[in-house]
Amino acid sequence: MIVSTLAFYLFAAITVASAFMVISAKNPVHSVLYLILAFFNSAALFVLLGAEFLAMILVVVYVGAVAVLFLFVVMMLDINFAELRQGFLQYLPIGGLIGIILLIELILVVSGWALSPEAIQVAAQTTPTVSDKTNTEQLGQIIYTQYAYLFQAAGMILLVAMIGAIVLTHRQRPGVKKQVIADQVYRKPEEAMAVRKVEPGQGV
Amino acid sequence: MAEFWDIYALPTIIIVGQILLIVVPLLVAVAYLTLYERKVMAVMQLRKGPNVVGPFGLLQPLADGAKLFFKETVVPTGANKILFLLAPMVTFILSLIAWAVIPFDEGMVLADINVGGLYLFAISSLGVYGIIIAGWASNSRYPFLGALRSAAQMVSYEVSIGFVIVTVLLCAGTLNLSGVVLSQKGDLGMLNWWFVPLFPMFIIFFISILAETNRHPFDLPEAEAELVAGYQTEYSSMAFALFFLGEYANMILMSGICTILFLGGWLPPADIAPFTWIPGVVWFGIKVAILLFVFIWVRATLPRYRYDQLMRLGWKVFLPFSLLWVVLTAGFLVFFDMVPA
Repeated sequence: MIVSTLAFYLFAAITVASAFMVISAKNPVHSVLYLILAFFNSAALFVLLGAEFLAMILVVVYVGAVAVLFLFVVMMLDINFAELRQGFLQYLPIGGLIGIILLIELILVVSGWALSPEAIQVAAQTTPTVSDKTNTEQLGQIIYTQYAYLFQAAGMILLVAMIGAIVLTHRQRPGVKKQVIADQVYRKPEEAMAVRKVEPGQGV
Repeated sequence: MAEFWDIYALPTIIIVGQILLIVVPLLVAVAYLTLYERKVMAVMQLRKGPNVVGPFGLLQPLADGAKLFFKETVVPTGANKILFLLAPMVTFILSLIAWAVIPFDEGMVLADINVGGLYLFAISSLGVYGIIIAGWASNSRYPFLGALRSAAQMVSYEVSIGFVIVTVLLCAGTLNLSGVVLSQKGDLGMLNWWFVPLFPMFIIFFISILAETNRHPFDLPEAEAELVAGYQTEYSSMAFALFFLGEYANMILMSGICTILFLGGWLPPADIAPFTWIPGVVWFGIKVAILLFVFIWVRATLPRYRYDQLMRLGWKVFLPFSLLWVVLTAGFLVFFDMVPA
């Protein structure tokens, strides 16, 4: 038991430290790499909880896809972050004020928090042991059976968002030559070449 | 103290021993894969290949390794030193840790976890980091271009690999890799393996792993005619060797995954006497070697793709087709009530 506790503190400490480095690192590429480290350690925390499916999905989606695109974009942007940071002290009071307001709001919400009787019942139920069902199966039951329609709705919303983003950013540039494979396939020898009889010394 | 020994120390020693049992043969396999490649290519091109060091050139990989080991590691002045040296390590380590969940025979697996398929997918999607970090940290034009190409390429082909894995898992009814292999066991022997009912997906998977491992004809990240050596340009000595080992280990790994998903893992091609005498590990090895032969065959045969053709193939051909096939497979299984419990 003591090893898993130690492992928890190790992973949690690295998560928090690397999350802090994300916002304080000077180089944006380093920030993204620290973000990846934070994701990894969160995945490790999921494993410690016995939620191996969530851990793997976190690595696949966030580290394998989102952070790659992030890194890709950040590497290609030529941002001078030292310049961006110059106004830091100037904006500190306003930023601090907003932070404090948000903190107070959070405290107000959390202190007035009460669980509905149903939720208390759910929380009181014993969790099934791991050997009963794998958590992949349980998540499948919940998402694809119990909440299938909500899941579909979420998927449709994301699809619309994706199409929207493409429509907004896509622009057609005139005068760009593109390969049309169908044209190439349908081209016949008669259209493409001519056989000439060349007399010696005269050329075509 | 005795308790500590039983609960922690002893299992740790056993696991370390098992890890060594996997990694050492793997590294030997990687070394001899390079020789295999050179010999096979040589035969295909009517040459002799390496034949000077040792009998039939059998000691050539060791000589190459020793040569690289004694060379100087050069770090470019403008490079980001830590990341520059981290990148080859990332590539190498990622190519090794995926082997933890590969079942070589029934019960012969380091970690028989329930989400083995997802674990492999997660690890293979991380492979791009080694390359992209190397390209950026080198602080040089060609490596950076190679890294950008590679990142786009690997992300594109991962999508179709994901869908292919989903189809197989739908048919097998489990994410556990030993379970996937056992689901291919049946009276028909070879014809029970998933490559028969899912043949188009097998082809798509194989082409996608060519792209995922940056092999010919999709080796644009290191296209030597345009980019010198792509992301590896600035690397020398052991840093280069780690990249090299990582890439070849990845080739073996991807062939292993393909074997498990489609070619029945350790199962013999027919459940009758002469085939069942051979142990499962050997069958696994033979199947992987056949797939690796195809890797090399493709390299010796096909010219390199153009970059837009590569992207078109990934996004406009493989993605729609594999997505359609997932839907068809799922529909078929539900309609005929064949969903595995």
